[in-house]
Amino acid sequence: MTRAQKIEEKFFKLLMIIATYFILAILAIIIYSIFEKGLKSISWEMLTQVPHGGYYYGKGGGILNAILGSLSLAFGATVLAFIIGMPVALYLNVFLIRHKRVVSVIRFLLDLVWGIPSIVYGAFGFSLMIFFGLQTSLLAGILTVTLFILPIMIRSMDEILCTVPIGLQEAAYSLGSNKSEIAFKIFTRQSFSGIITAVLLSFGRGIGDAAAVLFTAGYTDHLPNGLLEPVATLPLSIFFQLSSPVPEVQNRAYASALVLTLIILIVSLFSRGLGKRYHKTKINF
Amino acid sequence: MDQDTKIEIRDLNVFAGKTQILKNVNIEIPKNKITVILGPSGCGKTTLLKCLNRLTDLYPELKVSGRIMIDDNNILEAKEDIYKLRQQMGLLSQRPYPLPMTIYNNIAYALKLRGIRNRRETHKLVMHYLQQANLWDEIRTRLREPASRLSIGQQQRLCLARGLAVNPEIILADEPTSALDPISSQFIEETFGRLRNDYTIVLVTHVLRQAKRIADNVVFMYLGEVIEQGSVEEVFGNPKMEKTKLYLGGTFN
Repeated sequence: MTRAQKIEEKFFKLLMIIATYFILAILAIIIYSIFEKGLKSISWEMLTQVPHGGYYYGKGGGILNAILGSLSLAFGATVLAFIIGMPVALYLNVFLIRHKRVVSVIRFLLDLVWGIPSIVYGAFGFSLMIFFGLQTSLLAGILTVTLFILPIMIRSMDEILCTVPIGLQEAAYSLGSNKSEIAFKIFTRQSFSGIITAVLLSFGRGIGDAAAVLFTAGYTDHLPNGLLEPVATLPLSIFFQLSSPVPEVQNRAYASALVLTLIILIVSLFSRGLGKRYHKTKINF
Repeated sequence: MDQDTKIEIRDLNVFAGKTQILKNVNIEIPKNKITVILGPSGCGKTTLLKCLNRLTDLYPELKVSGRIMIDDNNILEAKEDIYKLRQQMGLLSQRPYPLPMTIYNNIAYALKLRGIRNRRETHKLVMHYLQQANLWDEIRTRLREPASRLSIGQQQRLCLARGLAVNPEIILADEPTSALDPISSQFIEETFGRLRNDYTIVLVTHVLRQAKRIADNVVFMYLGEVIEQGSVEEVFGNPKMEKTKLYLGGTFN
């Protein structure tokens, strides 16, 4: 190696190290501040009760309304997006194999809608609600969040399905499989852990978003009570608590953020485990 | 079409964009014999094989024209039952691709495609085909393990068993031993030797010795053209074309 190459290597190595630690440090600070402020205020009462009157001025109660609301909303939207998204991703990769140009246009469009801010989805969902005469409700929230996470779901599955080797497809076709057998028996099994990751990613985006649910799911101090009633969500709950002038309530916002973080952590550990277990036994069904 | 001919290829041309991969290929492949397609890498052997079971359909950039007659049926025109057509042929590729399932299910999947769903019959046939591919004794206790855990040589034999399980008349093999160790290669070659009377086998290879060992018929290809074809004695013993002589002499590739 020449002297110049050595200097170049050192420089870029240093750059990468600095960038990596910088990101890790920011992550650590975020998690630390959530824990530091949140742990003080988190309590059994907060996890198990709905807000009492004057909760946002420092009186008693909890955020169970938002926890359950967020869970049911994100769960509903993820399931719906999966039901719609999975066939789309399979269609792109199996049925449109001879139409590469069409596929690349669809991919481009999906990437485009992926980039649209969630507040736009919120506004769109709101205008749909008015059109259908729907009020702010769990249903409207689920539908809006579904639209919002669909591109994420489809494209991240698509990226995984893309990697199914052509040789494996040839092998399966040569046995006389038709396209739906290739899609549902070969592609889904081969990409199982990647599909779980895609679902998880979508769930995380769905549960963490405030703007898409602001006009559509609304907000309430009550527990979720049917598809046509408004529900509270954790991101909005955090927002309302943080806007309070009372420091104690602001700390509760951090406690709520802690709850949201833990939910995402648990879901991702769970699905990781599922993916790993699957990987170990590599499809024994 | 001659009684003893299983596959007849007439004026086959394949283009990938502007590049011509196969040029006016005419080949006759005799029934229940081993026909070896020989030639240096990049001469279109694999593409030719893919035309035979229409895997070319998966590649939109390939334009195929000409006729491929299998038992008086032009498969390039067969529109509807392409899946049934592929079941007439077992495919063994360069690298084994076990399906993402257990060893047992790899075979059972092929049987199911053939219409066999009865459990007892499935069980019997799984054993039968694994025996045929010389694999049963090694893996009889591991049937419920994922197929990906087998060694490459075992995977290739599993793929052979799976190919046989759809009950084909033809076996297409694309350099099936090129990724294997000598022992596994020998297993595969031996299996072909045993199958030669019951199946029409088309084997693509660039290994001269392998061709000499197992071929009944040889087709020599170079740069997308068929240079010479005939029985193994004719082509190896008394090659007529200059290029064949050079290749057999090891002068190029």
